[in-house]
Formats: sequence, structure tokens, C-alpha cells
Amino acid sequence: MTDVDEAMKPGAPILHSTIFTDGVEPKPKKPSNIVRRYEFGHGDVAAGFKKADIIVERTFKTEATHQGYIEPHACLANVGPDGQGELWVCTQGHFMVRDTCARLLGMDISKLRVTASEIGGGFGGKTTVFIEPVALALSRKANRPVKVVMSREEVFKASGPTASTSVDVKVGVTKDGRITAADATLRYQGGAFAGSPVEFGSMSAFACYDLENVRTIGYDVVTNRPKQAAYRAPGAPMAAFAVESVMEELAKKVGMASIDFRIKNAAREGTKSSYGPTYGPIGLLPTLERAKQHPHFKAPLGPNQGRGMACGFWFNFGGQTCVSLNINIDGTAALSVGTPDIGGSRASMCLMAAEELGIPYDKVRAIVADTSSLGYNDVTDGSRTTFATGMATILAARDAIKKLSARAAQIWGIPEEAVTWEKGHAKPAGSNAGNFPPLSIAEIAAQAGATGGPIAGHHEYSADGAGVSFATHICDAEVDPETGATKIVRYTVLQDAGKAVHPSYVEGQFQGGAVQGIGWALNEEYIYGKDGRLQNAGFLDYRIPVCSDLPMIDTVILEIPNPGHPYGVRGVGETSIVPPLAAIANAVSAAAGVRLTSLPMSPPKILAALDRKAAAE
Amino acid sequence: MVKVVVWGSLKPHTGGKAELEIDAGNVRELLTRLGEAYPGLKPQLARGVSVAIDGVIFRDGWQEPLRKDSEVFLLPRMVGG
Repeated sequence: MTDVDEAMKPGAPILHSTIFTDGVEPKPKKPSNIVRRYEFGHGDVAAGFKKADIIVERTFKTEATHQGYIEPHACLANVGPDGQGELWVCTQGHFMVRDTCARLLGMDISKLRVTASEIGGGFGGKTTVFIEPVALALSRKANRPVKVVMSREEVFKASGPTASTSVDVKVGVTKDGRITAADATLRYQGGAFAGSPVEFGSMSAFACYDLENVRTIGYDVVTNRPKQAAYRAPGAPMAAFAVESVMEELAKKVGMASIDFRIKNAAREGTKSSYGPTYGPIGLLPTLERAKQHPHFKAPLGPNQGRGMACGFWFNFGGQTCVSLNINIDGTAALSVGTPDIGGSRASMCLMAAEELGIPYDKVRAIVADTSSLGYNDVTDGSRTTFATGMATILAARDAIKKLSARAAQIWGIPEEAVTWEKGHAKPAGSNAGNFPPLSIAEIAAQAGATGGPIAGHHEYSADGAGVSFATHICDAEVDPETGATKIVRYTVLQDAGKAVHPSYVEGQFQGGAVQGIGWALNEEYIYGKDGRLQNAGFLDYRIPVCSDLPMIDTVILEIPNPGHPYGVRGVGETSIVPPLAAIANAVSAAAGVRLTSLPMSPPKILAALDRKAAAE
Repeated sequence: MVKVVVWGSLKPHTGGKAELEIDAGNVRELLTRLGEAYPGLKPQLARGVSVAIDGVIFRDGWQEPLRKDSEVFLLPRMVGG
């Protein structure tokens, strides 16, 4: 049983006799494959639909897709006869690996030192452990180093893909294009154990819209599949695919341009979000208005081509973070962070430290420190690193500046409060403080031994105040009516970054999300035979996009500052995977002249849709 | 008293109410007293929650203050990928 709808049917084989659906009243007395029911929303959707002139209601399905990182899971463990262990591992969170493995193996956390290797992609799939406890246990048993590397087949079969889904969406609008009610039921299977990301699909589904009456119901379902793992904005892309497809259809039915329909109904500052809280300053409307002015929207389309657009949302969060910034005796800085760098974050950290200290970027070097060298850090996920580790870096640099200023005061023999910091130099605060030439970091650091010893800044905290982020994507697709093959011919991403600390890496995140979405929308899927066995556990049969499949992905960075960060940073890593499924589906549907409701939109599905269209004409 | 809104599927554990009045000055007090007043919420509180205060989501932060006029939502614990 691998299909979510089949698993929910009455009489379906029950995977666990211990699962009784939570979140329903009265509590069921019979076990079920439905682990939990979620419900979010506000207003009265039934009353809202009564006010609607036009209602569109459709069901959508998506297949499970793998994160598709190029580097498989790999680790090297070495546990000595004294019980002290070392582990080198490809992961998004080596502190999580350390704590989980130590717990599983009955070790003191202090006896296990974990180093995060350079990562060849993660996308959420490396936020848990698979082979690491096994390698450590084998090494402990053999008293020898043990290396374990998953084959690609093992990666597909044994590490988490995302959920496959089935989603019903119903939205009503007035003749002038104002949404009166929005309702969705989302069914996500997360494999053989509880934990599909349906709660976040349910919360994010209508997050882009200003709605008086909205409801989402989510079901977390178990099936005979591998347990899913987090995949970039877990749960949101599938929900956006369904909702944004319906929004596109509604816009056409009321005779409005898609973008004007979305601008009219867009969430903005002061909107009560579909998942509850009222939005502060957000950037959805700016992305839409900028998209409307973008040359992509005005470019002519060729034969068999169609254009689609979609919006997307993700929450972002902060998390536990610890940073150490050491001032070297030559005035350069060594920055230790504990969040593995999965998208260029070390460069962003160096930029922020350099900005604060007032020294050139190339005078700061950042490393991802091992677990014995730094306090605990949460996993690199939730688009949190540039926000949380970045803010910790800024605050650690400010801590270092305070100490540098105190050392300058010592050198000059004046009170600490009589020193200010400007452009990388300590200066007397005013003429009353004395007439001393400014001291550079290098000059202060050179005398560190005599003025109190090494100089370092630190910051440890649980970061909160992350800013939600929004994106608008535009896609042109060309469908070959003979073969059903689709080519993405033009693609533009417009996203609010809050503040783009390293614009090239921000663009890289935008482009990477779009490319992953192109694969998810057009080709990628876990294919099961009737015997329930996975049939395409390899990159030959599970086709991710390659360069020749892709146009240049155009990007527009918008900066609507997050009030919760000193520079205004929002997370950018996940939002970019939310709109593509829908934007591409809308483009393909426009090109084919028929609504596509099932992903991936592989050639056989498109040909079947074209045949149905021809039969109906 | 602070007014806190819980998501829909928690209502079976709160006597059918989505809006709850809780005497709490910060997030820790809110979570403790929610569990005391509505024991059915305890499994969800143990699984983890986030608290949105005036539009900002806090995943941690027991000491975050709550005012009487704060807009407070209980949300699932934020995750990412």
C-alpha cells in the first residue's frame, strides 16, 4: 500500500495497531492509517462560499520526490579503546548527529567529537542520522576506523524522500475577483511512520492571501514506503501547487490577468494570516508589483508555449546558535560557527563580521567548528543560518569590539567609556578623552598579551524573530504535442530576501529552488511496481534536471527588512522551492490547453491530457 | 489574562474552544498553565509548539513577555529542511 488515498480508505490494511487518529472527537476506538488530523483557519467558509459568484474545486496529486543531493550519505567513525569517539560526516547538523548517536550508543556526549565535512547537497535530507550510529557501533566493536558510504540505490531506498500527496482545493470569488472563501483538505503520506509534513502544508497553503474565510484540514497518513525526511520548506510546495493552480483558473474565469487577481487578493502588512497570526511588514505585494513590470511578463510566446505564475510562502525560524570570533595578533579575525555551510553561509558570515569590525572581508576567515570546539548549534535548516548564525556573528563581533575598545582604553590610560569605535579603529570619544591617534584592530591585538590576553567575542542564544518570506515565480513552458515532452524556455524568480548579505549566493538559492522545482514538476517521482517495490532507485531512471534541460534562471532580489534582524535578514533557502510546481503547472496547462493536476507532468501524462482534451472537443 | 488562540484540531482538548483566556506573563507561564487547565493539550505541548506573539513566531524563548493586549497563537513547532 503506497498510495495515500488507498491508505485512507475504509478497509485498507492497517500498518500499526497502535495508531488511533489524533485530533478528532470522539477519539476513535479502531486503529487507522491516519495518524493525526490538523485544522487551521478562521471565519466561516460555508458563509463565504454563499457569497461567491464563481467557485473552482479540484483535486491534485503529487508523487514522492527525493532531495537529490549529489553526494550520498557518508561517514568515517573511529572509537578508541578508551571509549572516546570521533566521527567525520556529511550532514546539515553535526551537533544533532553527536547527540543522537551518543544517546543511541549509551555514550557520554563529551566522549564523541563530530566534524562536519564539506557537504555535497542536503536540502533537508541530511537533518537526521542513518549510517552514523552503525559506523560508530562497528568501530567500537572492531576497535578500528570504519567508513560507511551509501550507494545511490541505498540513498533512494533508505533515506527519506518527501511525502506524496493528494489535495482538494475549493475557492470562491466574486465577479470582480475578490476571494470570499478558501478551503483545502490535504492528505500527505510520510512513509511507514508518523510525521509527514502535512501540518506545514496546511498552514502555508493559503498564506499568500488576505482571506476572511479560510480553512485547511490536513491528514498525516502512513503507508508502506520509506519514512519521509525533511525536504526544503517541508510540505509547502505541494500545497502551493494545488492552491496556485486553482487561483490561476479563477483569474481566468473572472476575466482578470493572473497577476492582477493575485495583487487584489494578496496578503500584506496587517493581514490576518491563514494560519493565525497577523503579518508584520512582508514582501509579497512588492514581488507581485515588480513581476508585473518585469520584461518576462511582456515577452511574446512562441508556438506551443504557455506562461504561468505562482506565489509561495515559507515561515523560516532561528534556533539555538553559538558563535566565537577570535581576534588574531595581526588584526585578522577567525570566526567559528557551528552550522554546516550548505549554501555559502561562511562567506555571508565573513561579510557581516567584516562589516561590524570595520576590516576588509578577506581579513576574516570562517570555519565550521567541530562539536568539541563550540557550544551546541541546531541543524542548518529552516532557512535559519544567515538569519540566526548571522545575527550571532554580528553580536559576537560587537562583543569583540567592546573588548577591543577596553584594551585601547588601557593603552591610552583613559576610561573605557571614553573610547568609541569607528571604521575598524578605536578613537577617543571626544577632546576631553585625550588627543590620541586612532588604534587599528591590528595595533590593539599586537598588545593583547600585555593588556589582558587573547581577545575574542562570543554570542550564544536561541534566535527568534525570523521573518516570513514570499516569492513570485514566472515560467514559460513549451509542450511538444507529438511527444508530450516539456521544455522550460524562460523562468524568473522574484523573492523578498529582507537583506541580501551576499547577493550572488542569494541568487543561487533562488535559482536552485527553481531548478529543483522543475525536476519535481516535470520528471521526478518514486515509481512503485504492483509488488510494492521501488523501480527507479538511481539517477538513470529517476531523472533530475541537468544543465541542458534548463534556461538561465533570472532573479530579482527584493529587500523588505525583517525587523527581527540587525540588517533585516530573512531566510531565503526554502521559499524558492514553494512556487515552482504551480508556476510550471500553470505554464504547461496554458501551453497544452488543458489543466494538469498530477505531478510529475511527464510526457505520458501530458499526452493523456491532450487526448482527453481532443476527445472533449 | 492573555487571550491565546489554538489551532482547530486542538479544540477537542479544550472543550471545543479555540480562544482561551490564560493568566500568564510570559511564554513559559502560558505553556505551563495551558497544560494545567487543559491536560489533553499536554501530549502536543510535549511534542513541541511555537508561540506567535503579535505576528512574530517564537520557537523557543520561555521568557518572552506577554501583554494583556498581545495577539497570541499556539502553533506547531516550526521545522525546516
